[in-house]
Amino acid sequence: MFRRPVSLSAMALGLALALSVGLRAAPQAPAAPTQAPAAQPPATPPQQGAHGEPVPPPRPAGAEQEEPPRFPAHQRPPASPELLERGKGQYAGMCSACHGADARGGQLGGPNLLRSQLVLDDKDGELIIPVVQKGRPGPPPMPPLPVAVDDIKAIAAWLHSLQAQGTNQGGPPPGPQPELNILVGDAKAGEAFFAQQCASCHSPAGDLHGIATRVPSPMALQNLWVSGGVASGRGPGRRSPNSGPKPVTATVTSASGEKVSGRLLRLDDFLVTIALEDGTTRTIRRAGNDPRIEVQDPLAKHRELLRVLTNANMHDVTAFLSTLK
Amino acid sequence: MRPTRLLPTWIPISALVLAGAVAAGQTGLARDLAAADLLKPLGDIWPSYSGDYTGKRFSPLAQVNQTTVKQLSLAWTAKLTAGATPAGRWGGGPQPIIGGNGSPNNPAVPTIIKGTPLMVNGVLYVTSPDNGWALDARDGREIWHYFWRTRGGTPIGNRGFGLWNDALFMVTPDDFIVSLEAKTGKERWSKEFAPFTQQYFSTIAPMVIGNTVIVGTGNDLDSPGYLQAYDADSGKELWRFYTVPQNPGDPGADTWPSLQAARYGGGHPWLPGVYDPETNLYIFGTGNPIPAYTLGRGEGDNLFTCSLIAVDVATGKMKWYFQSSPHDMHDWDSAQTPVLFDATINGRKRKLVSTAARNGYFFTLDRTTGEKVVAIKYGSATNWAASIDPKGSVRREPSKDPIVAGALTSPTSGGTVNWEPPAYSPVTGLFYVTERNGHSIYYLTDPDPRGSMGLAGKEEVFVGNTGNFLTAIDPLTGKVAWRRPYPAAGGTGMYGGGGAGLLTTAGKLVFGGDNGGNLVAWDAVTGTPIWHTHIGDVTNPPTTFMLDGRQHILVATTDTLYAFALYQ
Repeated sequence: MFRRPVSLSAMALGLALALSVGLRAAPQAPAAPTQAPAAQPPATPPQQGAHGEPVPPPRPAGAEQEEPPRFPAHQRPPASPELLERGKGQYAGMCSACHGADARGGQLGGPNLLRSQLVLDDKDGELIIPVVQKGRPGPPPMPPLPVAVDDIKAIAAWLHSLQAQGTNQGGPPPGPQPELNILVGDAKAGEAFFAQQCASCHSPAGDLHGIATRVPSPMALQNLWVSGGVASGRGPGRRSPNSGPKPVTATVTSASGEKVSGRLLRLDDFLVTIALEDGTTRTIRRAGNDPRIEVQDPLAKHRELLRVLTNANMHDVTAFLSTLK
Repeated sequence: MRPTRLLPTWIPISALVLAGAVAAGQTGLARDLAAADLLKPLGDIWPSYSGDYTGKRFSPLAQVNQTTVKQLSLAWTAKLTAGATPAGRWGGGPQPIIGGNGSPNNPAVPTIIKGTPLMVNGVLYVTSPDNGWALDARDGREIWHYFWRTRGGTPIGNRGFGLWNDALFMVTPDDFIVSLEAKTGKERWSKEFAPFTQQYFSTIAPMVIGNTVIVGTGNDLDSPGYLQAYDADSGKELWRFYTVPQNPGDPGADTWPSLQAARYGGGHPWLPGVYDPETNLYIFGTGNPIPAYTLGRGEGDNLFTCSLIAVDVATGKMKWYFQSSPHDMHDWDSAQTPVLFDATINGRKRKLVSTAARNGYFFTLDRTTGEKVVAIKYGSATNWAASIDPKGSVRREPSKDPIVAGALTSPTSGGTVNWEPPAYSPVTGLFYVTERNGHSIYYLTDPDPRGSMGLAGKEEVFVGNTGNFLTAIDPLTGKVAWRRPYPAAGGTGMYGGGGAGLLTTAGKLVFGGDNGGNLVAWDAVTGTPIWHTHIGDVTNPPTTFMLDGRQHILVATTDTLYAFALYQ
């Protein structure tokens, strides 16, 4: 499904999903099965959906309608800004101490209200009003609170507005992103690892000169080097379209000795397709070991590394590369 | 070998429809399927999700075998159009029967066939999210089409119909179980079995056992998973089994930091299970704990998420459980459909159940007790575990959880296998499963000690794949007999490789999609491909049945069914 040609609208949908879901799966890297190595240029990023499957196919082209919101929490009409402001203020004064400023639960044991079955079922305060007015047994118990019905309705509207910003994969509304430091490795150890494992193809003075300036985000840098130039992830330093890994090439030799070489476009158990220098393609039928196929995959070493690289190795090399300003 | 027919050959229902005798029930014909027929091993028909209750997806049909498979040819193809409009170039298809409460303005979800079609009495029953069809199994012509106007939900897929006598059952993305008359497609009853307001969405193929029909929930938002059982005739609720503790003192409650956390803790049983008639146990897998990737679940095992569970069909009470991933941190469900089989181990006859989980581990258990027989890694790159404990549960290495600086972990969150059903052949004694070896860097992006919600709070970056395989496992030892690589012509990312489930037959074949848009028949003994045809990416598990003396192979690519048969 996710390997079909993807229209621009589908890409836009994918991007929208990536942004809303907060998951940016990277472009597909060529794989390295033991018998028959990889051959596909990175495709459109697969986006992960429910149960870890690819997201459903995009709506057909031409149907310019936006995809309708999937769940009732996202389908309800928005309340007025005045009501939300009032609800937000009332919530801050009456509720946030126990339930947290963001309604995701608080230090005093008040439950997360964004996932609360009662709040999700509530339409216009009708389920929330009795709880606020009469309280609830614990643990921990909730005392009755002196809040006017209209104010409770405003609180309900504000909670619903938060739920409406939740993602289809159950995520909370986007909040301020905490500053996270991923540079925890030892740059010296990383330099030593680099010298041993990477220096046969890469050099700090050569292809990686200034890499940390070109890719200032340590996370993007880490994704980039581990994947061999394929993945970047969020933050500045996404690779430019022309700076990806070199293409996979292959030489196909028939039993009669004829050789065909070029970029490997397609490979399965039955056919191999090569892009020739003149811009045409050549597809050759496979039968067992005939023809012989030799694949040159620039990323083979990177994939070998995936099997043995420890977190510590990875963090160390990232710390080293981030010094190459 | 021609297996005996399970049912006499009926007059095809299509003929009755053509003759105007739509109400076939009044013509004196027997039922489509008796409940007892579901107890029989798979034969000429395909009457339930896995074909029979064992989950083997093994057909005794051998007309198509290692020699004759090369003569398979296309019998027919049928493209199915979802929505409220009649299909066909001239609108010649039947007017869809409309159900559901959603807005007519919602666009229909395009057809995506990921389920297992049923075939009984020459009629196929096929689903796609919001849609169900009866097709003539002889040419794919639509007999009826049912369309459910959904209120929303996540239309990720639908695993198919359940069949009981003359009644069908399907679930909808907005959490209804709908029962239809098999002959007409008319609605018998429908019930909301999980609250749509709580963001449940439903994909499962209902399982019919006796007069009981069982469905399971799906949800990504913090919520409890459960099975819901109905009386197949009336739709009356029989029992509900929660997979996470709901009340103080419930079993497993001490494996959560609070009852509150447990009550919202996930464990959704979103794929069909299997059934053991001797013990009257329904055996099924449960999904990941929620929040899936972050803090918020204490340090405990989070029972009964990521487990295989056996419940008594009469009562809905748990008989045993086996947890494959205590305190999972990667959305690696253990909801996969398991396989029941019997074998002799050390001179002792054993009743066994095997499952290959999304976490890259393979398990064989005693199915009467849940006691471990085999627990072993089958994902060749899987690297997240610290140990296998004496009970057989796989204990995680916490540094492979999502961490702020990034953890390089295999498999990806999509798993070594996902929903795609495995197959087991009593002829070869091998368990066949798709094995994917993707690697991701998992970053914790929401270190809030309260935890995040749903599947949020992490960023997963896919960084490469070290090979996808059709893998054959000896389930008595867990040893991999062979791995057949899917050559990488694309799709070697987080999901590619291995089509969408497997079928094996007494013809010593394994059928499934590969990585390059082919339907392939592999030698079940060696994994060598023997036959293939390029029809596009296979989206469902192939099935097989006997019709007019010919063995058919049926498979779907997105919105199109392809039926193959031998014409000798």
